[in-house]
Amino acid sequence: MIALAGIRKRFGALQVLTDISLAVRPGAVTALVGPNASGKTTLLKIVLGLTRPDAGALLVNGEPADAAGDYRRALGYMPQAARFPDNLRVRDVLALVSALRPGTARDEELIGAFALQREMDKPVGTLSGGTRQKLNAAIAFLFRPALLILDEPTAGLDPVASGVLKEKIRRARAEGRTVVVSSHILAELEELADDVAFLCDGSLRFAGTVAALLARTGETRLEPAIAALMRSARGGALAPAADAPPAAVWLPGEPEAA
Amino acid sequence: MNIVLLVLEAGLRDLSRNRWIAAYAASFFLVAEGLFWFGGTGPQVVLSLLNVVLLVVPLVALVFGSMHVYASREFVELLLAQPVRRGQLFAGLYLGLALPLAGAFAVGAGIPFVLNLRAGAGAAALAALFTAGVALSLAFAALATWIALRTDDRLKGVGLALGAWLLTTVVYDGLVLAASAAFADWPLERPLLAMMVANPVDLARVLVLTRLDVPALMGYTGALFRHTFGSAIGTGIAVAALAAWCAVPISLAARRFRTRDF
Repeated sequence: MIALAGIRKRFGALQVLTDISLAVRPGAVTALVGPNASGKTTLLKIVLGLTRPDAGALLVNGEPADAAGDYRRALGYMPQAARFPDNLRVRDVLALVSALRPGTARDEELIGAFALQREMDKPVGTLSGGTRQKLNAAIAFLFRPALLILDEPTAGLDPVASGVLKEKIRRARAEGRTVVVSSHILAELEELADDVAFLCDGSLRFAGTVAALLARTGETRLEPAIAALMRSARGGALAPAADAPPAAVWLPGEPEAA
Repeated sequence: MNIVLLVLEAGLRDLSRNRWIAAYAASFFLVAEGLFWFGGTGPQVVLSLLNVVLLVVPLVALVFGSMHVYASREFVELLLAQPVRRGQLFAGLYLGLALPLAGAFAVGAGIPFVLNLRAGAGAAALAALFTAGVALSLAFAALATWIALRTDDRLKGVGLALGAWLLTTVVYDGLVLAASAAFADWPLERPLLAMMVANPVDLARVLVLTRLDVPALMGYTGALFRHTFGSAIGTGIAVAALAAWCAVPISLAARRFRTRDF
């Protein structure tokens, strides 16, 4: 479905992304992990077309993504921090995004699960940060997208809401939809993720299944495994593993090395 | 429904409930009504209001406009993630800012003239004043949008917007004076006319003054303008130049919006 080929991006003097090639496995939950300022959000924004890469291509079902952005019909996006025009009511925001995507089957389950009906007539500017984040999540899931892109989705959510969202992600996966989720909280990714893409200083240091990552690092849990990756990332790129990751996901530079 | 209209409608809904926009409209109402209250005749009120419009409309459009664009950034990112074209989104967002600004001016300043019809303002002068105020709103809202889309740092962006206001209102008059004093021995008509067309605030001033018949208040560029072009042609040129002053910043901002990274 979505793949990145040789993506590079520089902001001024800062090389944010270096030669990122990654195919997202359809129907799986891919965790995008990496330290702060490693380029996670920029990578997600390139998938959405918000940011344009200096080099490389975004491929949708094997074809370069159309410039007009029609491929975004299949995408749901939950940004890290949501802000809506202060004087719009929750109802107005939902009506606007719905009108921008006419004719799509709607999934209002999160509106109910987050009890957003009670907030419908409140101006968005009066909502707490957590409630705005719930609205943000409800919008991402509203159109039953085939690919969900969630940037730090549980940041700012209380444990109950966070549990609701994780359950929703699991259900989306069970329905065969694809999820890309970035987060710092590795424990919560561990229960969700099938695949891991590890980004450090703008380079993809690992991409493969959770099982392959654990086997590679000799750890039994995700957190120490990622920590091991971060340690080796400081000393240079991890050597390609003997047990190659599944065909749908490849390591940067691997085709040449093979 | 059309995406431009949808985004515009959301912008109008938001800003029509914005207290700063309401205060802006109310202050124009109070100033114009106050001028009538103190016994002004129609043309006198137009003239006094003109001076307020020339300073306040660009200031509010630049400062409120740039802050509004910065405040909308996360919302714009959310909208850009929907299947919409950037050009359509820009048109909706820009009009959603510029129309409330222009509308607040027109409604706030317009009601007192309706309430005081007997004072007899003169249709031509009134039309010129409202054309000038609306054109300045559209032009400076576009300028503010362009500045905010080019400058990621909010503080710097609002500072640049204030700088643009100082340049077009306060500093500009000084430059005209300095130029006319320094080059008094040379023929100055063409350079000074060029300077006038280069400044939307001066254009707006001359547009209204050519309709008011108060040459003493026209200033150097205004008098020269009227002398060179006469009233009718002069008005046409001023309107065309103001239209260009709306079109150029709008297209600059639109191009920036289409190409920038969010």
